[in-house]
Amino acid sequence: MTSKLLLAATAALAFATPAMAQTVAITNAKLVIGDGGQPVDGGTVVIRDGKVVAAGPGVAVPAGIRVIDAGGKWVSPGIFAGFTRLGIVEVDGVDETNDSGASGTPFHAAIDVTPAVNPKSTPIAINRAEGITRAVVAPDNRGSIFAGQGAIIDLGSDMDAVSKPRAFQFMEWGEAGARAAGGSRPAAYAALKNVLFEVRDYVRAPGSYTDRGKDAFLTRADAEALVPVVQGRMPLLVHVERASDILVLLQLKKEMPALKLVFVGATEGWTVASQIAAAGVPVIATALNDLPESFEQLAASQSNIGRMTAAGVLLGIGTINQDEARQARWEKQYAGNLVALTKVPGATGLDWGAAFAAITSKPAEALGLGGEFGSLKPGRRGDVVIWDGDPLEIGTSAVNVIIDGVEQPLENRWTRLRQRYLDPKEGALPKAYQR
Amino acid sequence: MIRSLIIFGALAGLAACDSSSTRAQSASSDPAPAASGPGKGKGYNHDPFPSTYHAYPGAPTLLTNVTVLDGEGGRIDNGQVLFRDGKIVAVGQNLAADGATVIDGRGKYVTPGVIDIHSHMGDYPVPGVQANSDGNEMTGPVTAEVWAEHSVWPQDPAFGRALANGGVTTLQILPGSANLMGGRSVVVKNVYARTMQGMKFPGAPYGLKMACGENPKRVYGSKGRMPSTRMGNIAVDRQTWARAVEYKRRWDKYEEKGGEAPSRDLAMDTLRGVLEGEILIQNHCYRADEMAVVLDMAKEFGYHVSAFHHAVEAYKIADLLKANNTCAAVWADWYGFKMEAYDAVPENLAILDKEGACAMIHSDDGNGTQRLNQEVAKARASGIKAGMNISEEHAWTWLAINPAKALGIADKTGSLKPGKMADVILWNGNPFSVYTRPEMVWVDGALMYDSKDPKRRPVSDFELGQPGEGDVK
Repeated sequence: MTSKLLLAATAALAFATPAMAQTVAITNAKLVIGDGGQPVDGGTVVIRDGKVVAAGPGVAVPAGIRVIDAGGKWVSPGIFAGFTRLGIVEVDGVDETNDSGASGTPFHAAIDVTPAVNPKSTPIAINRAEGITRAVVAPDNRGSIFAGQGAIIDLGSDMDAVSKPRAFQFMEWGEAGARAAGGSRPAAYAALKNVLFEVRDYVRAPGSYTDRGKDAFLTRADAEALVPVVQGRMPLLVHVERASDILVLLQLKKEMPALKLVFVGATEGWTVASQIAAAGVPVIATALNDLPESFEQLAASQSNIGRMTAAGVLLGIGTINQDEARQARWEKQYAGNLVALTKVPGATGLDWGAAFAAITSKPAEALGLGGEFGSLKPGRRGDVVIWDGDPLEIGTSAVNVIIDGVEQPLENRWTRLRQRYLDPKEGALPKAYQR
Repeated sequence: MIRSLIIFGALAGLAACDSSSTRAQSASSDPAPAASGPGKGKGYNHDPFPSTYHAYPGAPTLLTNVTVLDGEGGRIDNGQVLFRDGKIVAVGQNLAADGATVIDGRGKYVTPGVIDIHSHMGDYPVPGVQANSDGNEMTGPVTAEVWAEHSVWPQDPAFGRALANGGVTTLQILPGSANLMGGRSVVVKNVYARTMQGMKFPGAPYGLKMACGENPKRVYGSKGRMPSTRMGNIAVDRQTWARAVEYKRRWDKYEEKGGEAPSRDLAMDTLRGVLEGEILIQNHCYRADEMAVVLDMAKEFGYHVSAFHHAVEAYKIADLLKANNTCAAVWADWYGFKMEAYDAVPENLAILDKEGACAMIHSDDGNGTQRLNQEVAKARASGIKAGMNISEEHAWTWLAINPAKALGIADKTGSLKPGKMADVILWNGNPFSVYTRPEMVWVDGALMYDSKDPKRRPVSDFELGQPGEGDVK
C-alpha cells in the first residue's frame, strides 16, 4: 500500500500542471458523451495535451500514445458540480477553515474566491475519488445581496486548482436577499437598482469615482467588479426560489437585456417554467427538495427539474444550501433519483441521458462554458472517469479519474481511516503506529 | 439485548395500560397510610398524555410474487406476505388468499416499513420559521423535564413526504442537542392526526435525549456558564445523575413504605425512569473517546445507553459498543460539517455490523429520511467494497429490526413476523437501487400511500390552498 501511495504522490508531482498534461486514449468503453445521449458500447476517447480530441464508437487510436483498456466499463466525462463551495471550506463549523463568507468586510461584489481555494482540502480529495472533476465555487453573501465572484475549479491533486477565476458574480435574492438588504424584498430591489446606477456612474468616469467611506453604498472595488456584469460579459448567478421573485428578475432582464442571468435554486421554477424558457435564462437547480422549507419554497416538488426541462429550460443540477462545501458527490445520486421519478405516476423526471447531462454538460452550458467543460466532445478539457458500473447507481465507484488528461490519486482521509480501522481492535502497537 | 429491551417495552406497556386518573389522584390528594405505599411505580402517573392512535381500516391483503426482506435478516424470493386486521398473518410461499385482496408484485420487493430513529419532524417542522422552532429548550444545559411531544406539530408537511417517498412508518421525534439532557423523545406512527396523541405509538417507551461534545459546551460556554468544555459536560451530567439516584431512592422508599410523598421534580421523574429501565437513553455522541466515557458514566450510576446517535466514530470502538450492548445509529456518509464529524467514514455502519455491534441508519433530516433505503444501500456498498459480505436481507435490518430494538418496540414492529403490526412497503423495484421508489405503503394494515391513487397521498392542513397542493412532491 505504502509503495503504491508513494507512486501516486510521485505521479501527482510529475504532472502537477495542465501544461504537462498527458496524451492518452481510453478504449473498449461503455461510453457516455455527457450531451444527453445514452451510453454506447465499444467507445474510445482520445485526449491530447489535456483536451478531448475525439470520442465515439469508431474513433481510431493514434499510434504511439498510451492506451487504457476500459474492459467494457462505463466511461464518461467527470462530474461538473453545478454549485458548490468546494475548496474554500475544510470544516464548516470551524471558522478559521471556512472562507465562504465574511461578515466584517466592507467589500461584497469585489470578493473573489480564487485566493481561498485550497487544492489540498479534504472535500476536494474525497469528491475527486468519486468522479467529481470540476466545480462551480461560489462565495456566500454577508451584509449585501452581492456575495462576490466565483470560480470554476478542477479537483486535481496538483496545486493549480482554479481553471477559471472570476467566472461569475453571485447574488442572493428572495428571502436571503431581503435579509441582507435590511429586511424586505423592496429594500433588496432598491439596493440592486442603486448598485446598477452607481456602476454606470463608475463606468462613465472610473478615475473620479471615489469611495465615500462608511456612507458608500458601493465601494470602488465593488463597482469595478460589477462592470462586466452590467455589460453582459460576466454571468450573474442569482439564488431565487419563489415564483414571483423569479418573475421580478425576468422583468429586470427585459429592462437590461445585456444581463446574463442564471438562476440558482429555483424551487418554484416549474410553476413559471415557460416564462423562464422564453427569457432564455438557464437554471442551476436543487434536485430533490420537495419540502416547503421556507415560504418561498411552498410549491417544492422533486418534479421541478423534469418539468422545467420539459418546458425547454437549460437546466443543470447544483447543491446550494445542501452541504455544498463537501457533498457534490451526492449529485450522482440526485440525478439517479430524477430517473426514478419517470416510474412514479404523475411525476416528471429525466431519462438517463438527460439526467447525466444535468450533472455534466448542462451546468457548464448554463455558465456559458459548455465549449470548454462538461462533455467528451472535441475541444473540451480531458476530464474522464472510468466507473465500475452505472455512475448514477448507488454503489458504483470511480476506478480511474482523469483531469486535464492526468490520472489522479484516489486516496484520501476516508480511505486512510478505513484502512486503519477495518479491524477496530488494537494490535501489538497502538493504532497510531498502524499505517 | 433483545430480552432486556422487551422487558423495558413490557413495563412501559403496563404503565400505559394502568395510567388511570385514580392512581394520579391517590398520589397527590390521598396519600397512602404509613408503612403501606402506593406500590412500585405508582406514586405518580407515568402516562399523562396517553396515545389515542388507532389503526385505520384496511383490507386483508396478499402480496404475491415478490422478493421479501423480512427485516430480521430473512429473505424469500418469489414470496408472499399476508396481512389482515392490521397484523401480519403469514410470510412464505403458497399461502391461501382466503378472500384477501391479491396484489401481484412481480419483480418488486416487499419490506417492513422504515423506522427512522432520529427525527425532528413536528418539533423542527417545515417551513423552518422561528415561530415553529420548538426543538431545543436552550435555556439550561439540563432540561430533562421537557417532553418533545409537547412541541410536536402534527401538521408538519414533512411527515407526508417521509411516508410517500421513503416508506417511513415509525419515527422517534427527539429534542435537539443543545442540552446535555434535552428532554424526552416520543415515538410516533407516521399517520397524520389532529393531535400529537393521535400519532403516538401505543406502548412505545419514552427516550431521554442526551448529548455529548460540541453542542452543549458551545451553547452554554457562549452564555458564560457551565458547561464550556467536554469535562464540564461530564461533570454536569454526573452531578445530575447523583441527584437522580437520590430522588429515585426517596420515591422508591415512599412507593414501597408510604409516609409523606417526596416533592415532585419533573426532570428527576425522567431520570428515575431511565434508572428504572423504563425510559431509554438516546445519546447524541460523535467521538469514540466520548462514547467510551459515557459508557463508564452509565455504569457508575446504573443505567444503560440504548443507542448513540450521529455516532460517526462508532466504528473505532465497535467492540466496546458490542460489549456494552449499546447500538449505534449513524448516517451513511455525512462528514466534516463540524469538528467532531471530521473522522467520519462511509464504512462506519458496515464495520460496526461486522464486529457484531447493533448498528442502524438514521436521518436527522427531513430530506434524508425520504431516502433511508438509499442510505442503507450506500452503507452496504461501502462495506462490500471494503471486502465484507453483506446481503440485502441483512442490510435491511439496519432500518427495521435494529432501530425497533433500540426503541424498545421490537415486539410490535420492525419485521414481517406473524402477529406484528402490518407496517409494510411494496417497492416498485429493488430498494437498494437509486431507481426504486415506494409503490404502496401500509401502516397497521391500512393503505396510507398508493403511488397510483392521488387520494391516498396525505396533504397536511398547512398545504391546503398553497401552491403545489396535492402534487406528487
